[in-house]
Amino acid sequence: MAELGAGSLQVGDPALNYQERELNERLKRLYPAVNEEETPLPRSWSPKDKYSYIGLSQNNLRVHYKGHGKNHKDAASVRATHPIPAACGIYYFEVKIVSKGRDGYMGIGLSAQGVNMNRLPGWDKHSYGYHGDDGHSFCSSGTGQPYGPTFTTGDVIGCCVNLINNTCFYTKNGHSLGVAFTDLPPNLYPTVGLQTPGEIVDANFGQQPFVFDIEDYMSEWRAKIHGMIARFPIGERLGEWQAVLQSMVSSYLVHHGYCATAMAFARATETKIQEDQSSIKNRQRIQKLVLAGRVGEAIDATQQLYPGLLEHNPNLLFMLKCRQFVEMVNGTDSEVRCFSTRSPKSQDSYPGSPSLSPRHGATNPHLHSTATDSPTCSNGVTSKNKSHSKYPGISSSSSSSPSSPSSIVYSESNSTDSTKSQPHSSASNQETSDGWRRGENIVPPSLLQKHCSGFSADSEMEIEAEHYTNGVADSSSARIMNGTYKHEEILQTDNHSLDESDQPRQLCGGNQAATERMIQFGRELQALSEQLCREYGKNPTHKKMLQDAFSLLAYADPWNCPVGQQLDPMQRESVCSALNSAILELQNLPRQPPLMLALGQAHECVQLMARVRAGSCSFARLESFLH
Amino acid sequence: MACMLEAPLRISVLSEVTATSRHYVDRLFDPDPQKVLQGVIDMKNAVIGNNKQKANLIVLGAVPRLLYLLQQPTSSLELRTECAVVLGSLAMGTENNIKSLVDCHIIPALLQGLLCQDLKFIEACLRCLRTVFISPVTPVQLLFTDPTVIPHLMSLLSRSQRTQEYITQIFSHCCKTPEHQMILYNHGAIQNIAPLLMSPSYKVQMQALKCFSVLAYENTQVSMTLVNVLVDGELLTQVFVKMMQRDRPIEMQLTAAKCLTYMCRAGAIRTDDTCIIMKTLPCLVRMCSKERLLEERVEGAETLAYLMEPDVELQRIASITDHLVAMLADYFKYPSSVSAIADIKRLDHDLKHAHELRQAAFKLYASLGANDEDIRKKITETENMMDRIVSGLSESSIKVRLAAVRCLHSLSRSVQQLRTSFHDHAVWKPLMKLLQNAPDEVLVMASSTLCNLLLEFSPSKEPILESGVVELLCSLTQSDSPALRVNGIWALMNMAFQADQKVKVEIVRALGTEQLFRLLSDPDANVLMKTLGLLRNLLSTRPHIDQIMSSHGKQIMQAVTLILEGEHGIEVKEQTLCILGNIADGHTAKELIMTNDDMLQKIKSYMGHSNVKLQLAATFCVSNLIWNEEDGSQERQDKLREMGFVDILHKLTQASDPNLCDRAKTAMQQYLA
Repeated sequence: MAELGAGSLQVGDPALNYQERELNERLKRLYPAVNEEETPLPRSWSPKDKYSYIGLSQNNLRVHYKGHGKNHKDAASVRATHPIPAACGIYYFEVKIVSKGRDGYMGIGLSAQGVNMNRLPGWDKHSYGYHGDDGHSFCSSGTGQPYGPTFTTGDVIGCCVNLINNTCFYTKNGHSLGVAFTDLPPNLYPTVGLQTPGEIVDANFGQQPFVFDIEDYMSEWRAKIHGMIARFPIGERLGEWQAVLQSMVSSYLVHHGYCATAMAFARATETKIQEDQSSIKNRQRIQKLVLAGRVGEAIDATQQLYPGLLEHNPNLLFMLKCRQFVEMVNGTDSEVRCFSTRSPKSQDSYPGSPSLSPRHGATNPHLHSTATDSPTCSNGVTSKNKSHSKYPGISSSSSSSPSSPSSIVYSESNSTDSTKSQPHSSASNQETSDGWRRGENIVPPSLLQKHCSGFSADSEMEIEAEHYTNGVADSSSARIMNGTYKHEEILQTDNHSLDESDQPRQLCGGNQAATERMIQFGRELQALSEQLCREYGKNPTHKKMLQDAFSLLAYADPWNCPVGQQLDPMQRESVCSALNSAILELQNLPRQPPLMLALGQAHECVQLMARVRAGSCSFARLESFLH
Repeated sequence: MACMLEAPLRISVLSEVTATSRHYVDRLFDPDPQKVLQGVIDMKNAVIGNNKQKANLIVLGAVPRLLYLLQQPTSSLELRTECAVVLGSLAMGTENNIKSLVDCHIIPALLQGLLCQDLKFIEACLRCLRTVFISPVTPVQLLFTDPTVIPHLMSLLSRSQRTQEYITQIFSHCCKTPEHQMILYNHGAIQNIAPLLMSPSYKVQMQALKCFSVLAYENTQVSMTLVNVLVDGELLTQVFVKMMQRDRPIEMQLTAAKCLTYMCRAGAIRTDDTCIIMKTLPCLVRMCSKERLLEERVEGAETLAYLMEPDVELQRIASITDHLVAMLADYFKYPSSVSAIADIKRLDHDLKHAHELRQAAFKLYASLGANDEDIRKKITETENMMDRIVSGLSESSIKVRLAAVRCLHSLSRSVQQLRTSFHDHAVWKPLMKLLQNAPDEVLVMASSTLCNLLLEFSPSKEPILESGVVELLCSLTQSDSPALRVNGIWALMNMAFQADQKVKVEIVRALGTEQLFRLLSDPDANVLMKTLGLLRNLLSTRPHIDQIMSSHGKQIMQAVTLILEGEHGIEVKEQTLCILGNIADGHTAKELIMTNDDMLQKIKSYMGHSNVKLQLAATFCVSNLIWNEEDGSQERQDKLREMGFVDILHKLTQASDPNLCDRAKTAMQQYLA
């Protein structure tokens, strides 16, 4: 017993932490589809859900019998802390028989919550077990069926639950013994039962490598499910499907303004494009302006080409103006750029050659909430974060998925005048993100006040500013980390040598006149905000946007400040996408490309499958089909 | 020139030949090479997928002309290539097409074509060769007649994925004997083909894998080399293990498992290696599952049976894996009643594979039950198992009968099964029937099984005796096959053990002393041993000894003398001395020894032999001769004392071996009494 007790002393042990880490890694690898916030995985036996004759030790992984063990009335069981989530697809755990004790009446299996613990698994309804003394399987019955060999001290027994076809098989020392149970109910807990003194068993829920090659078994089912999807019969609707797919691709290209590609695609597939070419080109031009940071020009062009659009969308206009202010700080907007001593080309850049390619990360918020979509909410940073925590699955796709569309439009994006200066901005981008992550360079309040003095409501600003430093850092981290990482990787490899030649950046390009223009624009923006407030009532989103933008002035080096993230050219994308959607809506075209809708729906379906306990969702992951 | 057929055949066939077919052939003879080329191309388009057209063109003599054009150095490369393509297309037809092509010496012509430098032409030739060689009607020897062919094919492996696919496919189909294996091996097949396992083309990977399976089969040298081969820095065995991963195509898993099985059986991989126990064996068990195609299940079961045949640990693991024993029961359910109703195609398919499935299952059961009593019990308890074996023994397919009797043989090693299920199902009946004019390989198994059924405790022994088995067994002892002679005499030996006088007389009568003595000089030591065993069993209990010795005493004594004087192993001599001991136990029979001074001298010398077993047997004989309470025991004791036996016995009472010491003391007591 002294040895057993030793386990509880190891809590702070680095070896244990290592084991914990290994457990987490293994569980993540085995069950990537499981959202542990919703459905936690079993990690140990439950000290609460056991019969009194059961003793637990070694972090609740070792089970020993401490009853009299006279007869079957002295049987005792313990359940794991959590039921097996359906999203596992295939679930597996192993139990090592440390000692068979007096008679080796040990049962290993599964049971539902509430099943009597004064019993061995398998004897009661919703309880299933494989017993060591006779090798029989017990399927909710007191009498067993011949199933497999007996097991005893030193053997490792594994139990695998297939949540796709609701069956279970056992393994002995790594050899599969064949199906034991079929038609299993959902929400079963790993369970062991012991009946005679001296019986000790150790569980392995993933803390250690399994004896049985469960990943090989999983790979078979993954291949099966993928094959099922690939061979899904569409019968005579083949032609229909092709037309649908073509129009999906086409509308996607049109939506994002890949004009030439869309035309070429339409020619090749002999389909028509809903929108006329000049309209696409107009949108393309406006998008390019936004993405180049020339928001003022983009607003002008929009007002010219689509009169009334912004007047009817004050929220959108406000968002654009806020962005314009940020770009002024950045020194890229044309209103300040004209003052700049430096070549405009060095400033109005947008990093990465596939500049126009949409990023799934940015567009996903739309598709998850199509029904309740509102322009402001869907583009705000906050909603993105929300969506990411809620759908962790899609976040990884955002970094890998843009490659396909971008490769199509490569030639087009090359035609923009911004490509030349990419290296320059890349370096700045890198610095920005670095500084932001470190969270340094927080300017003392006095300076903050000085900078903000030009605006009204400065006292409020001061208070809020403190709040931001915390708020921004943790609220947007997930999303931004993802985006920036990818960015850095590409750029670092491409342009590393150019980093050193970079000059330190200055507010509004370092020009005094430009700074004054910026301050003035800030006042106008403030006025606009107040006007909107009067007309439409208070809008917290606006307020936040405005405050974020103005906060940039509170720091000596806005690029390396807690809110400096706003200056990242990547941030132009959401604005660009909102504007693009609004223009499309004006022309009675869908504000969302159907392809993205379909993708979003597929993703939702897979999520839904997990909730309705369709285990195959584990192997029907969207990521495996997006390349 | 165009048609080279015999006249009567020509008439009958020509009636079917359409004018268009003739037109195609005629165009091959056009003086304008450009028109000939166009003609060949048109012909190519006409024959694709049209078996009748192919047959027509062959009958009309297109093949020799195409071959002529193909070989002609003046032909353009394009024309030669197109000719090879058309020939390849013709080969895709029926087996008769292949025969005609082979008869026209297409193989040497195409092999010659491979010497050309043009890749496209080479590929066309190889493709046609491949199609011809994979046909069962083509003699594989044709690949090996010209010794330069194999090295040249090896060199072509680097040319393209297609050459790789075709050449490896040719190799895997033509490598049928150990000689073929060695030819390929000596020409660097392993080094040349191993990298192809990593080919981006699945077809190439598969054909390369198949090559390794045929190369390794029962070939220790190849297998030993294979285990040390590295492919991309990885051991070949690990490459095979990866190919057995469960998400790989079934065909690949199965073939990789075959490779490892053959390497294991050839002694290159230990049976307790993880790659065998944890990977190959479970993979093969999976191949037996109901989800697999019938062909895959047959191949899986046969390979698994082969893998675990010599290793009881593998048999034990397999017996608990995935309910294998129960899974095999399903092999007997084809064609199922459902398939007959469902559709006729399915029924046809099932029927075709039904025999193969049954024989594979029997083989696997035989392997599973070869050593372990618990597994045998599990097998016989499988639903209708014994009935299935019984009906399997009388199936029309020889393959099934052989496999069934193998299975029965394996199970007959169990004392418990012999006593219970074997008797309950009267397996001896079909077994006896099987023994009448069956081929040798079936006979060996059947007679070996019979040996076990004739063991003394087997309840089947009686009915078998009554069925007149003696004649049959005696005829087996005259077989040319040593295995059959052993089994025949072995069965007789078992039969004679503690048998009635009647049975013994019947055996001696049916076998005949002449045959008995012929067997005593059999070149096969095993036969000799069992014959002596038979003699010993015949010569037990006093009345039997006297009766047999009175009629055959002279010959038996002669034979015994001969063996004792001959060059034989210890076991043989021991057995012979035991026979002598039995003779010495008879009333009248012992006189045959007592009156033979020469024999007594021999016994005396064996008492002083360096081998304890022989000393024991000789002492046993003496003790029988001098036993008190028998008429004339006094005279015999006196005679032996005179001959110096008492001194030897006295010495033996001091022997270090306790048995010998005891036996000598018992004998000495006869003198003291």
